[in-house]
Amino acid sequence: MRILIVEDDRDAASYIVKGLKESGHAVDVAYDGKDGLFMAASDDYDTLVVDRMLPGMDGLKVVQTLRATGNRTPVLFLSALGEVDDRVRGLRAGGDDYLVKPYAFSELLARVEALGRRRVSDATDVRDTVLTYADLSIDLLSRAVSRAGREIDLQPREFKILEVLLRHPGQVMTRTMLLEKVWDYRFDPQTNVIDVHISRLRQKVDRGFEQPLIHTIRGAGYSLRLADKAP
Amino acid sequence: MRTRLLKSSTFRLTLAFSGVFTISALTLMAFLYMAGTRALERQVWETIDAEIKGLREQYSQSGLPGLIRTIDERSEAARERRSVYLLVDRTGRKLAGNLELWPVRAENETDGFRFTLPDSPEMSSPQSPVFGADRPVLARAFLLQGNARLLVGRDIQDQIASQLVLRNAILLGILIMIVLGVVAGYVVSRWMLSRLERVNRTTRQIMAGDLGRRIDTNGVGDEFDELAGNVNDMLERIESLLTGMRQVTDNIAHDLRTPLHRLRSRIEVALMQNTNVMESRQLLDETIREVDGLIETFNALLRIARLEAGDRHSDWEPLDLGELARDVVELYEPLAEDRSITLRYQGNAQARTNGNRQLLAQAVANLTDNAIKYTQERGEIIISVDIRPEPTITVLDNGPGIPRELRDKALERFVRLAPERSGPGNGLGLSLVQAVARLHDARLELHDNNPGLAVTIRFSNDRHQTTSSINKAAARAA
Repeated sequence: MRILIVEDDRDAASYIVKGLKESGHAVDVAYDGKDGLFMAASDDYDTLVVDRMLPGMDGLKVVQTLRATGNRTPVLFLSALGEVDDRVRGLRAGGDDYLVKPYAFSELLARVEALGRRRVSDATDVRDTVLTYADLSIDLLSRAVSRAGREIDLQPREFKILEVLLRHPGQVMTRTMLLEKVWDYRFDPQTNVIDVHISRLRQKVDRGFEQPLIHTIRGAGYSLRLADKAP
Repeated sequence: MRTRLLKSSTFRLTLAFSGVFTISALTLMAFLYMAGTRALERQVWETIDAEIKGLREQYSQSGLPGLIRTIDERSEAARERRSVYLLVDRTGRKLAGNLELWPVRAENETDGFRFTLPDSPEMSSPQSPVFGADRPVLARAFLLQGNARLLVGRDIQDQIASQLVLRNAILLGILIMIVLGVVAGYVVSRWMLSRLERVNRTTRQIMAGDLGRRIDTNGVGDEFDELAGNVNDMLERIESLLTGMRQVTDNIAHDLRTPLHRLRSRIEVALMQNTNVMESRQLLDETIREVDGLIETFNALLRIARLEAGDRHSDWEPLDLGELARDVVELYEPLAEDRSITLRYQGNAQARTNGNRQLLAQAVANLTDNAIKYTQERGEIIISVDIRPEPTITVLDNGPGIPRELRDKALERFVRLAPERSGPGNGLGLSLVQAVARLHDARLELHDNNPGLAVTIRFSNDRHQTTSSINKAAARAA
């Protein structure tokens, strides 16, 4: 993926660049809002990572201007402001996701990848009522789940978790992303509530099958993929 | 003190009041003075006119000799009556009267004029009035046949003397009034200043660092006592906030020092040369977890601070407490089941209220998390929602509970009642719930569940009105 980072903190930017490059992405950096806007408008990126506080032109303004010209590139806002309405303001300005500093790099990576792929997958997925991956398929209308022809009975919430994982096959879904997408809650549960839900889902989806599909990604989250196959 | 007195608003106010008072008194007195003077003068003219009338009749009845006789008679008697007469023929020679010379000719003598009797012997005849020198006279003249002229006047020395007395009395009165006003202003402002000075002295001492000082009150219950009382209450509140803050800072320092120390030793170990790559990686992993814990603690502190500082209702939405409770139950149910704890929702009423869904969910989640942490196996946790008498959401467990005397303490930041502090959590969970409740004008109550703990977030009933009035205020401001 081609990713543009707009971040005035050069240290932070260099860490992000290094990490994203090591994960196999092409990364450009702009250190202020004007450069960022210029680069985002003149090149075709898969995802923009924009700090909210920027010298010259603040992040919200950059994204608003970009959206006004019809540019739909997904945007992930980085911000030290973590209040609910800060987040709402960010999303209203045209951002697609919002990450509060300090964050774990794995969280940033997972969100950037989810945003970049969403562009491709959205178009097809929205119309499809059946999602499949390997021998697993779920029917969004009848709520039926089957793997290798065998019917699997899931609770509504388990179904929702599986749906989120299936919409991002091969990608890492962090615990906070799952809490956001499945429960629409944006706080950090102190204990491992999500892990327990996943382990229940795993019991039903992976038990008795040779190839496990739901993988734990250490220090990051979960991913739906075939064994040891990198995304 | 003197410059302060002049600068004091009380004094200036007093001065302004006495100024206005003096001006109005002056106006009144001036009016009185002028009216009095005019009345006196009119009286003189009336007397003169009456005399002229009499003399004119005398003249028409008995001619010039009769007039001369009459004037001589009257001049004789004029010593007491203070009248002035002079009859001259056409050459200006004196025929009769108690004046020797015709005074300087005035423009229009028949309309009346004023002149001064000079202190000269040739002006006064032997019968001249008692008066000696420089006496003011009001007079009127008229022409007789043969161009003889008669002057009738009246000495107004007495009137002028009374005018002077009146004027002096008025001036003295005004002077007394001004002096009284200034003295009163000085006394009143001195008194006010001394009371204010007491407040100022105390605040200066407090600014100098003596936070325990309080302003004494008179006990009279006047405005100054009220002011002192309010300032004292304010100081009380500030002091308790400061103490709280100091305590929190101490706690933060304590609680963060331990993990920072662990962090440091871990990095030190990782830097030792005889650790291999695998070991270093593991140490780094642990380090990150440690740092995450620290970040989470800071985040929680910041969140609490922001919640306590702000009263923003911009992101409030109508929500159903029952739905919120069911959501949390559903989120935590697998975790509870793993520990053989029953977690269920109880309540059937529609408890609708306005609030921040994310924050309230987090609060209830924190309470549930705590309950699961402190409940033994085969325990039971209930999240219940009620609307009577107020909308409430309660998390009940049958764990060990919190002794009554420790309940207030449990709400303080960084306080973990479990004796061993090594358990998970940073001691900020309940503080956050407390802050969320306060933001929603709700009360956080800790009760006995016999056995166990019941934590209730009790919303107030008039909150809808409060919210709508806030919205209205916001709309007005916009």
